Amino acid sequence: MSETFSVDVRITPRGGILDPQGETIARALGNLGYEGVSSVRAGRLVRIEIEAKSADAAQSEVERMCEELIANPTIEDYVVRVRDTVGQ
Amino acid sequence: MKFGIVRFPGSNCDADAYRAVTEGLGQEAEYLWHKSHDLAGVDVIILPGGFSYGDHLRAGAIARFSPIMKEVVEFAQGGGLTLGICNGFQILCEAHLLPGALVRNAGLRFRCHDVGLRVENADTSFTRDYEQGQRLRIPIAHAEGQYVAEPATLDELEAEGRVVFRYVDADGEPTAAANPNGSARNIAGIINAGGNVLGLMPHPERVALEVLGNLDGLGVFTSLLHTVQASATADGPAALAGVGP
Repeated sequence: MSETFSVDVRITPRGGILDPQGETIARALGNLGYEGVSSVRAGRLVRIEIEAKSADAAQSEVERMCEELIANPTIEDYVVRVRDTVGQ
Repeated sequence: MKFGIVRFPGSNCDADAYRAVTEGLGQEAEYLWHKSHDLAGVDVIILPGGFSYGDHLRAGAIARFSPIMKEVVEFAQGGGLTLGICNGFQILCEAHLLPGALVRNAGLRFRCHDVGLRVENADTSFTRDYEQGQRLRIPIAHAEGQYVAEPATLDELEAEGRVVFRYVDADGEPTAAANPNGSARNIAGIINAGGNVLGLMPHPERVALEVLGNLDGLGVFTSLLHTVQASATADGPAALAGVGP
């Protein structure tokens, strides 16, 4: 029997890749008076609902999606996390 | 000879490429619809500039999986001449036909102006009508044109003469000030190892007609014409009726 899982993919710029968006946020925080911010990296969150036989199956299916489409490993790191099942 | 210009939803430099080929070069061109699987027997494929699929996810990431891209990838892998301009360059990187990736400009702004370019390799199918080291003035128009790649990949590109265009200043020097988007080593255009797939961020098709007041981009198209003509002659009876402008 399969269930519907909610899966998060967190994508961030790879270390070493310039992140102008993160740098801009860091500068703006400094201008607002927030002290001690040493780094900001900005990425994106992709939330997927997927039917699968198990949490492991959902996890590996979404990892395949990341390899093929959702992330570009040349410039991005990603983390896949199965959050919970979605109520019917 | 015939050029095929792929149209994705969101392509917006397709007509410029069409006119560069038909009016600038005096050759045939045909639009290739992204949902088609037919390359219509073209000699050269152009992936034009624009914002295919709204640049959603990453520029070029969705276009890469368009139906016609299966045939485009086979064409390119089989040695077919393939030119990617701006969004087309982004698509070629996403399709792994060229190494590296294009990310948000270092200054975060959309940059739309002429840039100085230097021809770093005039011994390619796309640049044979330029002089080695020739300085060109060609416009850019992009927000995601910062070329990035692993240092080892950059070294390999340099060593193999595969950096074809670089951003330079008025003296022809690749300075930081001449780099409009933060691209690694001022790289504006690269070619694959086979020498048949070229991607560049600047728009040669926008400066390939007399009426536009600048013909610096026309050399890319005449180079392709002369490459195809030379290979047709080498292959036996010339199948091509085309002559240069």
